[in-house]
Amino acid sequence: MSWRRYLAKFVAIFRRPNTMDELEEEIRTHLQMEEQENLESGMSPEEARYAALRRFGNVALTQQKSREMWAWSRVETLWQDLGFGLRQLKHSPGFTAVAVLTLALGIGANTAIFQLLDAVRLRSLPVTNPAELALVRLADLPGKRGSQDTAYPALNNPLWEYIRDHQSTFSRVLAWSPTDLGISEGDHERMVQALWVSGDFFNVLGVQPALGRLFTSEDDRPGCGASGVVVSYAFWRDQLGEDSHAIGRTLTIGRHPVPIIGVTRAGFTGPEIGHSFDLAVPICSQAAYWTDGNWLDSSTDWWLTVMGRLKPGSSLAKANAELKSLSPAAFEASLRKDYPSENVRDYRHFELVADSASGGVSWLRNKYENPLWMLLGLAGVVLLIACANLANLMLARGSARMQELAVRLSLGATRGRLIWQLLWESVPLVLSGAAAGLLLARVLGKCLVSLLSTEGDSLFVDLHPDWRVLGFTCILATVTALLFGLVPAFRAASLAPSETMKAGSTRAGGMQESSRLRRALVITQVALSLVLVTGSVLFARTLGNLMAVDAGFREDSVLIAQLDFSRLRLPVTRRIATKQEVLDRLRSVPGAESAAEVGIVPLSGGSIDNRVWAEGEDRQSGFDPNFNRVGEGYFKTLGIPLLAGRDFDQKDTTASPKVAIVNEEFARRFGKSANPVGLRIRREATPHEPEMSFEIVGLVKDSKYKELRERFTPIVYLSATQDQNPDLFEQLMIHSTLPLPMLTSRIKQVVGERSPDISVDFRVFKTQIQESLLPEKLMAALSGFFGILAGLLTAVGLYGVISFLVTRRTHEIGIRMALGAGKRQVLSSVLRETLMLTLVGIGVGLPITLGVARLIASMLFGVKPDDPAVLMMAACALCGVGLAAAYIPARRAAKVDPLVALRYE
Amino acid sequence: MAKQPAGERIELVFGSLDMLILRTLRWGATHGHGIAKSIERMSDETLKVEHGSLYPALQRLQQEGWITAEWGVSENNQRAKYYRLTALGRRQLVAETSRWERFVKAVTGVLNPAEFEEGQ
Repeated sequence: MSWRRYLAKFVAIFRRPNTMDELEEEIRTHLQMEEQENLESGMSPEEARYAALRRFGNVALTQQKSREMWAWSRVETLWQDLGFGLRQLKHSPGFTAVAVLTLALGIGANTAIFQLLDAVRLRSLPVTNPAELALVRLADLPGKRGSQDTAYPALNNPLWEYIRDHQSTFSRVLAWSPTDLGISEGDHERMVQALWVSGDFFNVLGVQPALGRLFTSEDDRPGCGASGVVVSYAFWRDQLGEDSHAIGRTLTIGRHPVPIIGVTRAGFTGPEIGHSFDLAVPICSQAAYWTDGNWLDSSTDWWLTVMGRLKPGSSLAKANAELKSLSPAAFEASLRKDYPSENVRDYRHFELVADSASGGVSWLRNKYENPLWMLLGLAGVVLLIACANLANLMLARGSARMQELAVRLSLGATRGRLIWQLLWESVPLVLSGAAAGLLLARVLGKCLVSLLSTEGDSLFVDLHPDWRVLGFTCILATVTALLFGLVPAFRAASLAPSETMKAGSTRAGGMQESSRLRRALVITQVALSLVLVTGSVLFARTLGNLMAVDAGFREDSVLIAQLDFSRLRLPVTRRIATKQEVLDRLRSVPGAESAAEVGIVPLSGGSIDNRVWAEGEDRQSGFDPNFNRVGEGYFKTLGIPLLAGRDFDQKDTTASPKVAIVNEEFARRFGKSANPVGLRIRREATPHEPEMSFEIVGLVKDSKYKELRERFTPIVYLSATQDQNPDLFEQLMIHSTLPLPMLTSRIKQVVGERSPDISVDFRVFKTQIQESLLPEKLMAALSGFFGILAGLLTAVGLYGVISFLVTRRTHEIGIRMALGAGKRQVLSSVLRETLMLTLVGIGVGLPITLGVARLIASMLFGVKPDDPAVLMMAACALCGVGLAAAYIPARRAAKVDPLVALRYE
Repeated sequence: MAKQPAGERIELVFGSLDMLILRTLRWGATHGHGIAKSIERMSDETLKVEHGSLYPALQRLQQEGWITAEWGVSENNQRAKYYRLTALGRRQLVAETSRWERFVKAVTGVLNPAEFEEGQ
C-alpha cells in the first residue's frame, strides 16, 4: 500500500459515515441505470430488476469491500474479536477463573525463577559501563600457599600494589575484600558487613556519593590508620535515620572513633551479587582495625579481589597478553619472607590472567545457577501442562460452539478469519493470566530469597523486574496463547459446516475427531506430569537421604560458640593459656557436658589439606588428607568414638613432641597397619609452620568433613594446644542438653566474668548443617510444588475429558443398562478407560522422564536417576490421581437412568 | 440479455481492472455504470466485469490519487458520482499499459516461442 492510500485512510477516519452513505446512493443509482437499460432492451420490469442485480453481484459484499478500502479493517476486527472474547469470558466466570488461575500459576512460577536467575546471573553490576570490567586473578598453577580469605579469586596486597603502580593494560584498577567489622554503640557491639576497598574503588566503578565524598587514592596510603569510613545508602537510611548531617559523625569501629566522610548513592549495593555492604574502609587501614596480623605486607594472605577497567578499544585477549608479560616482575617484587621457601620457585612462575567481570562476582551464582536453570526447565514443563489443560478446556467450549461456527462458515466467513478470531479470544485470558502471574512472581520471588537466606547471612538480591523479566513474561504469554489457542482454532476451522449443521447437537460431526484430540492432550499431560512427579520424588529422596546420612558425629544438642579475644591485645605467648582458662570456666558451667576447641567446624564448608607421608619415606609416596585442629574432649563432645590410643590432653603443649590423631580412612589410605597408633608421619610445610613430624597417638571413627554428600575422607587431627601460631579467636563446640537460651546466657555470664572485652557469638550446630543443605531443600521444595501442581492440572484435565466422554456415551450406557449391565460394570468400564489413558501417558512419558532424570543425576544423592522404585511410585501416584479425577464422572455414568437416556435421543 | 454465451466470457486478470478503469476515463469523466458499460463495449463484451467489483477498485484508485470524484447529473437526470482522471492517474496509466504490454509479450513468448522469436 502506498503512503498516499495511508494518508487518504487516515483523513477518512474523520468523515467515514458520509462516505458510506454516498456509496450506498452511488450503487442505487448504478442499479437503476442498469435496470433502465434492461427495460429499454425489452425485458419485463421484474426481469430487468433481477438482471441488474445479477449483473452487479453481491451488493452487501461490495459495500463491505468498499468500506474495507477505507477502514483500518485489521485493527477494527481485532478490537471486535477482543471485545467478543471478553464477553465470552464474562459469560463463563468458572472457566475464566480456572483458566486465569492456571495461567497465573504457570507464568508466575516461571517468572519468579527467571527473576532470580536474572538477578544473580544475567544482570550487570549497577555501575558505569560494566562490560569494560575485568577480573584479574592467578592462573591455575600449583604451588599457591597461604590462606584464601574470600570466596572469590584473590591476590595478596604486595601483588595488588605492584599491579596498581605498574600496569598499563587497564585505564584504572581497583581492589576490594569483604569482611565483618564490629561497631560499638555504648557497651554493645554488633557486626556489620564491610568492604576493604582501594582508594580508586568508587571512582573506577563510577559510583557517585549521595552525601559527602567517597575515597580517593589519597585516602589509601601506607600507615593511614583508622582515618575515615564511607557508608552505604541502605546503612545511612536504616541505621543513621537519613540524617542529612551524617557527614562528620563518628562510628566506633573496633574501639577506633572513625568519622563518616560520605554516603554512596542509592542503587549501588557493592561488587558482590547476593550481598550488600554497610561500610567501606580503605585497604591501608587493615592493620589498624585488626589487632591480629598485618596482611598488608604478607604474600601468603590472599584476600584482595582485583578488577580493572579495560581501555577503550582494548580487549580481554590483549589484557591477558599484557598481564602475562607483567607477571614475572610482579611476582618477583611481591615475594615476601613469609612465603614457604620450598614454594618460592612456584611463586616466581605464577601468572596473572583476566576474566570478564561485567556481572560482578557471586558465590550465590556458583552455588545456585545450575539448580535455578533446572528449576526453570521444570517450571516450563508445568506451563506446558497448563497449556494442554487450557487447550482442552477451549476445545470443550469449541464443541459447544460448533453450531455457531458452522453457521458462520456457511455464511461466508473465511477459515482464516475464524482462526484469527478464536486465537484472539484467548488473548484476554493470557493477558490477565500474565498480569496475575507477575504479581505472583513477586511474592514467590521473595519467598525464594528468604528460603535461601540463612541465620547469619542474609541474602541480598535485587528482584526489581527489569526489561529482561518483563520480556520473558511477554514471550511466555505469547507462546502460551499460541499453544493453547491454536489447537482449538484449527480444529474449529477444519469443520465441514454442512455436516455439523446436519448432525444433532450432542453427536456433532467433529465429535469423533475432537475426542481423539482431547485424549491426546490428556495423554501429553500425564506424560509431562510423570517427569515432574518423578523429579520431585528424586529430589525429596535426595534430601531425605542427606538428612538421614550418618555423618559420624552427634548433630543434636551441640552449640558452636565463637569467642573474640582481639580486644584483649594478648601477646602470642599468652594466647593458649588464656583460651584454656576460658575453656575451663566454660566446662564448669552447670549443664555443659563437654566442650572443646575446634579449628574447622565439620560441614561448615571450610577445609585444609596438606601432603603427608610416612616418616623416613619419600614425599612422593604420600597423599593429601584433610586437617583439623581440635582440643581435648572434641571427640567426646561430638560423640566420635576413639578406637585406639588416646585423646589429646593437657600434657600436649608447644614444648612436647607433636602428636596427631587420625581417622580410619586415613589408616586405610596410609596402608601401614589397621592400627597406626605409634607410627610417625611427616607433614609438608604450611605458610605458618615448617615441615614437621607427628606421632600418631589415637585412631577415631570416620566422620564427614566438608559436606554431607562426600564419602568419608582421611582426616588428621592436630592438637589445639600445640598450635605455634594461635590467633585471637577461639571456636568451641559445646555439648549440652540445656535449653538454648539458658545455656547461652550462662556462657555469656561466665565469659563476661573473665573479661567484658571478650565477645561471644553462637550458632547451633544442627542449624548450620541444615543450612548446608539449602540447595537440596530448594530443589526438593520447588520440585515438590511443581509435582503437586502438575498432578492437580492433570486431574482437572482428566476430569474434563472423562466427563465429556461420559456425556457423549450417555445413550450407549443407557442401552447397556437396559440390557442388564449393573452400576458396578458401568463404573468400572469408565474407570478402566481412565486407567488406560493414564497408562498410555505413563508409557509415553517414561523415556522423556529417563532422559530428564539423567540430566539431574549429578544433583542426586543416594538414589539412582532410573531407580525403578521411584518410577513405580510416580506412576502409581499418577494412576491414583487419574482414578480420583474420574470417580465423579464415573459415578454420574453409573447413575444414568436407562429410560431417560434412551428417551433423550 | 447476454449477447455472447456466458462460457466465452473471460474473467479479469487480477490487477488489470485498475488499468481498464483508468483507460476508460481517458475519454472523459463518467459514472460507475458508464465505466462498466464502456469496458464491456470496448472489449466486445468479452471481458466479464461484475459491476459490484468496480466500486472497491474505484475507492482504491481515489486513495492513490489517480482519480477524483464529484457528484453530477446523468443523461437521465439522475444524481450520480462522476470519476475523472488526474494528471497522476494519466502517468500511472502509461506506466501500467507499458507494463501490461511487456507482460503480454512475455506470456505470448512462452506460449508460442517461434512466433515470439519472429517478433523480435
